[in-house]
Amino acid sequence: MAQSLVKEFTKGLWAEIPPFRLVLGLCPTLAVTKTVENGIGMGVATTFVLVFSNILISMLRNIIPSKVRIACYIVIIATFVTIVEFMMQAYTYELFLKLGIFIPLIVVNCIVLGRAEAFAGKNTVIPSAADGLGMGIGFTMSLAALGAVRELIGAGTLTVWGGSPIFEIGHGYIPFQFMVEAPGAFIGLGLMLCLMNLIGQK
Amino acid sequence: MREMLSMIVVLTVLTAVSGGLLAAVEQTTRPQIEEQVLKFQKEPAIKEIFPDATNNPIQERADVTADGTTLQVFPAVLSNGKKAVAFEAKGTGFGGPVGLMVGINIDTDEIIAVRVTTHSETPGIGSRAKEDLSFVSQFAGKSMSANFSLKKGGGDIDAMSGATVTSGGVSQAAIAAQALYKKLKPEIVKQIAN
Repeated sequence: MAQSLVKEFTKGLWAEIPPFRLVLGLCPTLAVTKTVENGIGMGVATTFVLVFSNILISMLRNIIPSKVRIACYIVIIATFVTIVEFMMQAYTYELFLKLGIFIPLIVVNCIVLGRAEAFAGKNTVIPSAADGLGMGIGFTMSLAALGAVRELIGAGTLTVWGGSPIFEIGHGYIPFQFMVEAPGAFIGLGLMLCLMNLIGQK
Repeated sequence: MREMLSMIVVLTVLTAVSGGLLAAVEQTTRPQIEEQVLKFQKEPAIKEIFPDATNNPIQERADVTADGTTLQVFPAVLSNGKKAVAFEAKGTGFGGPVGLMVGINIDTDEIIAVRVTTHSETPGIGSRAKEDLSFVSQFAGKSMSANFSLKKGGGDIDAMSGATVTSGGVSQAAIAAQALYKKLKPEIVKQIAN
């Protein structure tokens, strides 16, 4: 039991890490990873939604009629997303301004609905929570990694939690501006997918 | 039949509980959110509208009421000694409500400047209303009795190309501001005199 729990948790961290292995949830992955900070913020918001929607859906899995399960899942997910939105507005308003429209879009993030349908709807509460947490952390790590690569190359800095950058490439560095624009997202994601496959290839 | 019934019951209960929960969360976070909006939206907007204010409009904000309408106003004293007031009005844009902070010279009833505050318009399209000042700067210097409709509606305001609905929302907010100002001006003047 404990062993399978660890398995459910860790599969989201590497073997099935969401954007790179499952290639799900690409909309926020591409759109908000201009900086590390945005990536982490989006990841944490998604993790919250994933964990709580997974828990609630697995608790209700025997009550929800299978014909309307998708509608029920969406209601549950949308409720948690709206709670996150209120919380971010109340306590991290600056981050909310940066992530803006992408927070409500967590509702239609394939990872959240995907985990509900593929896992939480068929498993008990604790494994579902572990699955959600693992997937969420994996998603956060991926977004942070992609954000770090893009920010480092595109702006020459790394910034966590506002204020001044924690790391800066020297003044002589001329940033590749396109990395923080839309095409940089595709190129960055492509290179990271390539790297992941290279490492995974045995 | 039974299956149908269970589907209806489960979905109804689920949405009702969800609605209740969200209303509760909204209630508890509202004061905190208003504080954040004041700090991150209204304050910067007012600083841009009255860059030369010699007082602190944020600190001196007050609520004025007439005929059951309450409005939060930010009184300002400009560097040339003129008195002005700013307040926020709302219109409906593409993605929801659009807030417009309107700064008015009390003596001449002329707009000093307007700025978009809270909005949920599409980034890069409707959000230009806030980021690109060429649209909102059309309002500066206009009288509060001017026609703030868009040009295609017979008014004086040029819409942003590609963002007609957002432009309409801003225009709607300006028209709402006109109505508020007309109704509340005596109260505002009284408030400022204090």
